[in-house]
Amino acid sequence: MELCSFLTLDSFIKDPLTHDFMRKALLMSSLVAAVCGFLSSYLTLKGWALMGDAVSHSVMPGVVVAYALGLPFSLGAFIFGVGSVALIGFIKQKSRVKEDTVIGLVFTGFFALGIVLVSKIKSNIDLHSILFGSPLGISLSDVKQTIFISLLVVILLSIFRKDLMLYCFDPRHAKTVGINVLFLHYLLLTCLSLAAVVGLQSVGIILVVAMLITPGATAYLLTDNFDNMTIISVLSAIISSLIGIYISFWFDLETGGSIVLAQTFIFLFAFLFAPRYGIFKLKNFFAGYK
Amino acid sequence: MESINYQNFRIDAENICVDYNGKVALYDANLRLKPGQICGLVGMNGAGKTTFFNALTGFVNISKGKIRINGESLRSAQKDQTIAYVPQSEGIDSQFPINVWDVVMMGRYGSMNIFRCPRESDVQAVKDAIERVDLTDHLSTPIGNLSGGQRKRTFLARAIAQRASILLLDEPFSGVDIRTEKLISELFIQFKNEGKTILLSTHDMIHVREFCDLVLLINKTVVAYGETSEVFTPENITTTFGGISPDFLFGPES
Repeated sequence: MELCSFLTLDSFIKDPLTHDFMRKALLMSSLVAAVCGFLSSYLTLKGWALMGDAVSHSVMPGVVVAYALGLPFSLGAFIFGVGSVALIGFIKQKSRVKEDTVIGLVFTGFFALGIVLVSKIKSNIDLHSILFGSPLGISLSDVKQTIFISLLVVILLSIFRKDLMLYCFDPRHAKTVGINVLFLHYLLLTCLSLAAVVGLQSVGIILVVAMLITPGATAYLLTDNFDNMTIISVLSAIISSLIGIYISFWFDLETGGSIVLAQTFIFLFAFLFAPRYGIFKLKNFFAGYK
Repeated sequence: MESINYQNFRIDAENICVDYNGKVALYDANLRLKPGQICGLVGMNGAGKTTFFNALTGFVNISKGKIRINGESLRSAQKDQTIAYVPQSEGIDSQFPINVWDVVMMGRYGSMNIFRCPRESDVQAVKDAIERVDLTDHLSTPIGNLSGGQRKRTFLARAIAQRASILLLDEPFSGVDIRTEKLISELFIQFKNEGKTILLSTHDMIHVREFCDLVLLINKTVVAYGETSEVFTPENITTTFGGISPDFLFGPES
């Protein structure tokens, strides 16, 4: 791609929109980012970052098997995502090995199985697009699946928004007042698996965990209100996706990596300059001039 | 033998056992409390106090025994919002992005519709509860910005807003300021007069003498249970604390 010297901001934004694949990529990635950002608030507060990493890596063999059998890849991914969590729970309960060890052990096992399967099953599976995402090459059937799953997760999270917040904050109180905590636990895990499934199309299996934790962590530094945290998380996720895709278009960079890098930079900005929790506390800085 | 009318007991725990993956945390524990009674739960760390609370809230399943609340199952007590649990400070993530109002509103969740939309009555209950614990000036303060005592009062307000008839309090006096301690003591007297039943765990022996009609001494199982004046003796306390003399625990003059 020739990066023209006469490039204006106007053409920087509009030129990519003339391509059909770019419009689709921008829309789909924004949708996926919104879903992951929404969920991200819950995962960061619940302390499920490692769980997010585990589930997203564990879907690998599911994706491969689904492609090989001609099934929707989301189905295979979902089964293996939930399966990995069940297996983690089972091994933790039946052995003396610590939880973080069990999580690391199970997801690397699943991931390795996926890689071995790819090398054995001779098909047109593109390992690169599974590992690193391919938002620019998303197919029509993938678009349909992504929209369906995204809507499902958004609806579930919206309905149980407050219950899930209570579950993250004080599960014992939830149980005491007759709220079904086990249901909420599996609901959150289900949403996590589904979000990992749609997220991997944007940024790939390896980086999808960033979509699930970075926006929430950024928002956590910027507010003390849960609803605002969710809004900030979703917005920062969407903005990162747009920035990432534009940057990757103009500078010919790996798209998934660019999106996650954009998220990381936004986090770093919050880390340094967040009004209350940043290192330099912008609020104090401005207060000095009043 | 006369038949017992279980309706008379707010809490009736009979021979309950709890084990975590085969490790026994509590066995053959009994407890019977009536309306208006305040009972102190005393024991060492790891003696099963929190486990006892967990069993009564249904947070862990009991492996043996029976728990009846107002003569009915724990499940229906949960549905009726009968039991409120006030956690100890360490049990809560104080950095969670939530303010006082929203925490207290959580006391109403169990009786709301599935979207947890507050009704007029819920808003009123939350307002009243916050007033009773004297936090009206802090409605929208994030809990991370509260003092230990204010945070404790927030969770007490949640229990009040829930309108529960049974209050379980895990170390209500640990890490609180004098003002909060006084306010909690006053509330206890009000609760008692309202006919609420209170079970509280504490490390402070003076509090037991001050508030508790009954005391339950535990060390994996019940060491002694009864009227505080009869049961809370140096011998029983020594047994509960594995041979350490009560002088060591709360001074020779007690």
